Amino acid sequence: MTSREKILSAVKTNQPELTTLPDVDFLLQEDVDISEKFIAALTAIGGQVIAVENHAGIKAFIAENFEQPSRKITTVSQLGDVAEYIGDNSANPHSLENVDYAIIEAGLAVAENGAIWVSEDKIRIRVLPFITQHLAVIVSQKDIVPTMHYAYNKIGSTDYGFATFIAGPSKTADIEQSLVLGAHGSRSMTIFLMS
Amino acid sequence: MKVGLFIPCYVDQFYPGAAIACLQLLEKLGVDVVYPKNQTCCGQPMANSGFEHLTGGCNDLFIKNFSGFDYVVGPSGSCVLHLKEHLHNHDNPEIATTLSNKLYEFTSFLTDVLKVKSLPARFPHKVGVHQSCHGQRGLHLSQMTELVAPEFSKPGSLLNMVKDIELVHLNRKDECCGFGGTFCVAEEAVSSKMGKDRVEDHLHNGAEYITGVDMSCLMHMEGILHRQGSKVKVLHIAEILNGE
Amino acid sequence: MSEIQNTTNHADLAEVFNNDEARVDWHDETLWWIRSKRDVAVNKINNWEELRETASQIKHNVLSNLSNYLQQFESNALSNGIIVHWAADAKEHNQIVLSILRKHSIGQMVKSKSMLTEECHLNDFLEENGINVIDSDLGERIVQLAKEMPSHIVLPCIHKKKEEIGELFHQHLGTPAGNADPQFLTETARQHLRDTFLTRRAALTGVNFAIAETGEFVVCTNEGNADMGAHLADVHIASMGIEKIIPERKHLGVFLRLLTRSATGQPITTYSSHFKRPNKGKEMHIIIVDNGRSIQLGREAFRNSLKCIRCGACMNTCPVYRRSGGHSYHNAISGPIGSILAPNLDMEKYADLPFASTLCGSCTNVCPVKIDIHQQLYKWRQVIVKNGYVPAAKTASMKIMDWTLSSPTAYHTAGKAGRMVLKYAPFMVNNKLNPWYKHRDMPEPPKESFGEWYKKNRK
Repeated sequence: MTSREKILSAVKTNQPELTTLPDVDFLLQEDVDISEKFIAALTAIGGQVIAVENHAGIKAFIAENFEQPSRKITTVSQLGDVAEYIGDNSANPHSLENVDYAIIEAGLAVAENGAIWVSEDKIRIRVLPFITQHLAVIVSQKDIVPTMHYAYNKIGSTDYGFATFIAGPSKTADIEQSLVLGAHGSRSMTIFLMS
Repeated sequence: MKVGLFIPCYVDQFYPGAAIACLQLLEKLGVDVVYPKNQTCCGQPMANSGFEHLTGGCNDLFIKNFSGFDYVVGPSGSCVLHLKEHLHNHDNPEIATTLSNKLYEFTSFLTDVLKVKSLPARFPHKVGVHQSCHGQRGLHLSQMTELVAPEFSKPGSLLNMVKDIELVHLNRKDECCGFGGTFCVAEEAVSSKMGKDRVEDHLHNGAEYITGVDMSCLMHMEGILHRQGSKVKVLHIAEILNGE
Repeated sequence: MSEIQNTTNHADLAEVFNNDEARVDWHDETLWWIRSKRDVAVNKINNWEELRETASQIKHNVLSNLSNYLQQFESNALSNGIIVHWAADAKEHNQIVLSILRKHSIGQMVKSKSMLTEECHLNDFLEENGINVIDSDLGERIVQLAKEMPSHIVLPCIHKKKEEIGELFHQHLGTPAGNADPQFLTETARQHLRDTFLTRRAALTGVNFAIAETGEFVVCTNEGNADMGAHLADVHIASMGIEKIIPERKHLGVFLRLLTRSATGQPITTYSSHFKRPNKGKEMHIIIVDNGRSIQLGREAFRNSLKCIRCGACMNTCPVYRRSGGHSYHNAISGPIGSILAPNLDMEKYADLPFASTLCGSCTNVCPVKIDIHQQLYKWRQVIVKNGYVPAAKTASMKIMDWTLSSPTAYHTAGKAGRMVLKYAPFMVNNKLNPWYKHRDMPEPPKESFGEWYKKNRK
């Protein structure tokens, strides 16, 4: 008998009588002021929110705050004139090791925890939002949902090879519970909240 | 209403004052109370040590002593919880179930059965309330800080009926004192450290007395207070509620 | 536990830990602070208790249908292009990892946090076989440099002071002596590990959730180390216990809301990464590990322990854990949950753990999947005694105690002899060798027992 057969047979013998799977849709409870809640949640976990009206607003912010020589990458075609544009997944992930600033677009954002959702089609190269020193994410106000239940409702059965929720800059508190931002992932996270 | 008074063994032997206060207060409240004299122990020290299979004798004796009453009331959350969860009779399972349903910890009998709304007691002191875990988390005598649920406290509501009492705020409202039955010697280092920390919380917040629903926790904390030479005293809650 | 040759016993290790009281206070306060943060976070969710109940029921359904879910997960993962392996025990798991590395001639691997690999002692095995492993979670890296086990499943080096970490970094990473600033030390680790991520061709991660419906798995980190490892390597190996399955993607909504709020009081981990398909030209492996879990599944009283999502809330709240430290549990998973999982793996070796508790029940209340932890501790005690893993002297004293307490005559006789009724209850033995007296006094014996008073004062 292979280990697979051995494990499955032991599990089948030992598992308890079948119980029903509970409904989780009752957890979908509408909420108000979700933009404010998203901003508060993200700020509390070390992110910053910049309200912008359009891509021009983002360019102005970048020009003002990231003018120094640095490697900027974007997966948003409208920003191709202020950062290197990546339009497909052909780049070698290791080639991104010196990226200072990455600007990507979120699929949705979650008010209760400040997380944004991006799947592979939004980031092109999986390692991009992790390896960059600083991360900026464009979030459309209309894409903010109240809770994780709404987020998964919206994600549904979408296909992706890789996708992730990102909530704030990377962090650790492993040394005596002192919170330090910038562990292995991005040191900062800026959200461009677009109305 | 005929009530059987269940006095745990260590209360009988070491804290007769707590048992007398229970008896007197129940009598004051018009209850017909009887103390069956052949009682010993609920069997918990053995069961918590892993020897529940040896508690048959204790179970039989308890059933023999208490089956005839309308209610059975005991001044210990821990012993009452043990019986509610583990009292059984091999030949007659129903007799054990019926009995454990009639079994009440002292304060919850006052709040839930007698529905006491006022007490003639006065206790002009600063008092810290120790939430004994088995009473609190086992019998739900008061809300637990871990849960997202409305506040309530059965012992607290009774203490609030006492004139001139001042209940002190604790930094850790419902942390275990570390007694834990045989844990107190098997894990002496952790047990006494937990006890020291619990006592310190009460002292730091100005308690003159520490009270609770379980004499065993209080015995543990009293042992530490005494060793430290503290003047702070422990009292079973019945002794405060029965005061003056 | 005199009769049993048990050199690693919780009570003894806890006593050593308590020799430095200031350090115990520091450890206790640090973990209590995390418990307090958890309280603040969960109180912001008005249906928190319903959420816990839902999670518990989902996990129950998982356990009751696990053989089907495992096959469903496998089949979906395979069609996603993931290579699936099955390991009956730790040894087989370790062999599989080694064979994957050997196939690719890889001699160095980076690993993010995986309690399962701790349980399997993977690092030791790989080192013995000439494979260099670097743990990339900061806390894990610190204990790895110190040649220690993690003392906590979420906070691996919570037992270490920053000065000790500064010294370790000074020795191993060349930082200036005496620099113990967490910001500086974290930055140093970031620089060092960045090079590791960029040069390792294989990365191993744990698995927080594996979704039967889609064949994807989710890995949660705050540091981003799992993603840095996995996305830069050619080969990604993910190790998971069979109990990590959840039925559908939407159930992640429930578990991701519970996990980090329970663990640290954060609303969610910084990264919750969903791995569904390997990147083109790369390999993704999943190793599904049993290692005793199917046996635990068959133990009716203990199977709920398999619902655990490894948040560590039971450790943070446990008054014993906080005052004895994770290493006193001498097991990869410490604290209350470790104490109900470990005896399943080796009942004799871990016979002491279910007794390392006051049964206060706080663990059960914070558990996000409502495992009846303290009830299981009680039940393990019964099983351990019945299987003979307690000293004979304890059994003898319990028998005498039973005899005394079952007989009113014996009880009253003993009682009159100077309140010695409970002399066989270990905490009542009245002599100076009794551990009770080390830090406590016994109550003053009263003139008469309540029973004697009653006889005089009532009918």
